[in-house]
Amino acid sequence: MENEAEDQVLYMQKHTNEGLPRIIPLGDSAVSVIFEAAISPQTHRRVRAVCSRLFSAPFTGMIEFVPSFHSVAVYYDGPAVLRAYPQYISEGEEYYPFPIVAALLEEMLQLAEEQAGPVPRVVSIPVFYGGETGPDLEFVAQHNGLSVQEVIDIHSSADYLVYMLGFAPGFPYLGGLSPSLSTPRRPSPRLAIPAGSVGIAGDQTGVYPLETPGGWQLIGRTPVALFRPDAVPPVRLQAGDLVRFYPVSFSEFLAWKGDRL
Amino acid sequence: MSLLIMKPGLLTTVQDLGRYGYQQYGVIAGGAMDSYAMRMANLLVGNEEQAAGLEMTVLGPEITFAAPALIAVCGGGLAPLLDGQPLPLWRTAHVPKGARLHFGRLPGGCRAYLAVAGGIDVPVQLNSRSTYLRAGIGGHQGRALRSGDVLPVGTSSGRAAAWAERLTRGRGTGRVVREPMNNRQLEERSAGNSGAEAAAIAAWYPVPAMIPDYPQAPVIRVIEGEEYEMFSSESRRRFQSEPYTILPESDRMGYRLSGSPLSLVQEQSLASAAVTFGTIQVPAEGAPIILMADRQTTGGYPKLAQVITADLPLLAQASPGSRVRFRLVTLREAQEQLLQRELELHRLRLVLQHV
Repeated sequence: MENEAEDQVLYMQKHTNEGLPRIIPLGDSAVSVIFEAAISPQTHRRVRAVCSRLFSAPFTGMIEFVPSFHSVAVYYDGPAVLRAYPQYISEGEEYYPFPIVAALLEEMLQLAEEQAGPVPRVVSIPVFYGGETGPDLEFVAQHNGLSVQEVIDIHSSADYLVYMLGFAPGFPYLGGLSPSLSTPRRPSPRLAIPAGSVGIAGDQTGVYPLETPGGWQLIGRTPVALFRPDAVPPVRLQAGDLVRFYPVSFSEFLAWKGDRL
Repeated sequence: MSLLIMKPGLLTTVQDLGRYGYQQYGVIAGGAMDSYAMRMANLLVGNEEQAAGLEMTVLGPEITFAAPALIAVCGGGLAPLLDGQPLPLWRTAHVPKGARLHFGRLPGGCRAYLAVAGGIDVPVQLNSRSTYLRAGIGGHQGRALRSGDVLPVGTSSGRAAAWAERLTRGRGTGRVVREPMNNRQLEERSAGNSGAEAAAIAAWYPVPAMIPDYPQAPVIRVIEGEEYEMFSSESRRRFQSEPYTILPESDRMGYRLSGSPLSLVQEQSLASAAVTFGTIQVPAEGAPIILMADRQTTGGYPKLAQVITADLPLLAQASPGSRVRFRLVTLREAQEQLLQRELELHRLRLVLQHV
C-alpha cells in the first residue's frame, strides 16, 4: 500500500523551467513566497520543499510559516532580524528588515529547489456513509446520475492530496475528487455542521474538524478527530499527506477506538 | 493568589500575545487585540510581556482579589475603579486583599487589559494561554469568563515583589486611593469584605508620549496588499480618500466596514493563501473586511491593503460606529514605525529595572 502511494506520487524533485518564486511583503511582519503556477501536485511539491527547508533551517527571527496552494507565508520578528543579521546591511543601504528577510529567503530557495521533498504519509480515514450523518448522499448520487453505492465506491477509492490546512484547525484542503462526484454547494448553508462531517462542495471534498456553519453536501461522517489540541502535532492530517477514505458500518463507527471526536 | 470574577462584563477573556507555530495547522494566532496595551500592562507589574492578562471589552467585569496584588490596567474605553475610587490607567497599583475592581466607561477606545504580577496562570495550550473561543481551548476553560470563575495567578517576579513592598510601606507612593469611604464601602468593610488596608498607586509611570490616545476617528496607515494593483484606480482612490465606518457585526475575528464599494478591474477567483493581522480583504460585494486577532489563518479574497503593525492598537480600540480613514505608506515607513515602537518599549524596560 505505502509503496503504491509512493509510486503514484513521485517525490523526487523534477525541475521545471518556471523561475524562482516571487518574494513579496504580506504586511510589515511577514512575506509571501509565491510560485507563479497553477494549483497542481507539482506546485505543491515545490511549496513543500520550501517548508522543509524553513523547518530544518529557520533564520533567526523567523516566527512560523504557513503553506498554501501555491505560496508559503513566512512570519518574522523584524527587530530580531535586524539584530541577528547586521552583515546584511551595507553602508548607505536602506536599514529595515524586509530586504534582509528577502535576501535570506532567496539564498534558502536555491537550496530548497535542490532538496528532495519528504515522502508523503498515507492516512486512512474511516467514514460511515449516508444515514443521518450523511443527509445529502442521495442528492449527490442523483445529481451525478449514480447509485448511492457508486458514490461511496468512487469517493473511497481515490487518494486525496492534502494541499494545505486552513479555515478551521485541522481542516484539509483536498485535491483529487473525481469529477463524477462534483456537486454544487447547498443553496442555503446549514447553521451547524457537526464535527467529523465528510462533504462535497463543487470539485472539493473535505472533513469538518469543528462544528461550524457551512454549505457543503454532507455524505457521511468520520469518528476520527482531525483536531486534537493536546497531541503533537495537534492535527491528524498535515499538508503533503495522502488521504484515503474507507467505508465502515454504523456499528464500527460507534465502536471506533482510535482518536475519537 | 487568585482573582474572583463577580461579574463577567461584556466579553472578558484571558489573552496573551498569541499562539504562534500552529497557523500551518489552521490554528489561529489569537492573542490580545491591542497588544501594545497588554505588553505595557505586563511591564508595569514586572511580568514578562507575554504573560497572560485579561482583555475586557466595552463593559468591564467586577473582580475581587483573594490576596494583595500588584496590578496595572492599560488600554481605553474602560475607567477602572477600586472600591468605587478611580484608579488611573497605565499605572502600577498595589491593591489589598478583598479589594473590588470594577469599571466605568471612558471615551476613546473599547478594550482594556488587566495585568496582575505573576500573570493569569491558566494552563498553556499549544504554546499560549490565549482563549480560542471557537475551538474551546486556551484561556479559562476555553471560554469567556463568567460570574463565579476563579482565576489562578502565578508567582510575581522579584521586581514586582520589591515594588509591592515599597508601595505598601508608603515609599514611592503617589497617593492613596482610599478617600473617605462612602456608605456602601463602610458597610462592606464592617462585613469584612474589604480590607482596611488602602490601595497604593506608584509615583512612577510611563511618559505621556508612550500613552496612546485612541481617537474616535483614527487615521490608519496601510501598505499595499498583494492584489492592490488589481483594484480599479477609482477604488484605490476612494479607499485612501473616503471614510469607512466600522459596522456593529465586527468582532475579534474581523472588522466589517461600510463605505464606498471597492472592486477589482476584473473579477477573479483566487486560491486560498495565508492572511495576517490587519489584512484588508475585499469580497465580491465590495465592502472591505479587516482581519483582526482571531482571524482565520488563510483566506481567498483579494487583499487590497495591510494595516501597519504599529497602528493595529489604534484600530483594535476603534469601536463599532467609528469612522476610519486609511493612509498609504511605504513598507519601509511601516517597519521604521514598528522599530521605533519597539525601541520605546525597550527603553521603558530598562528604566523599570532601576525604579
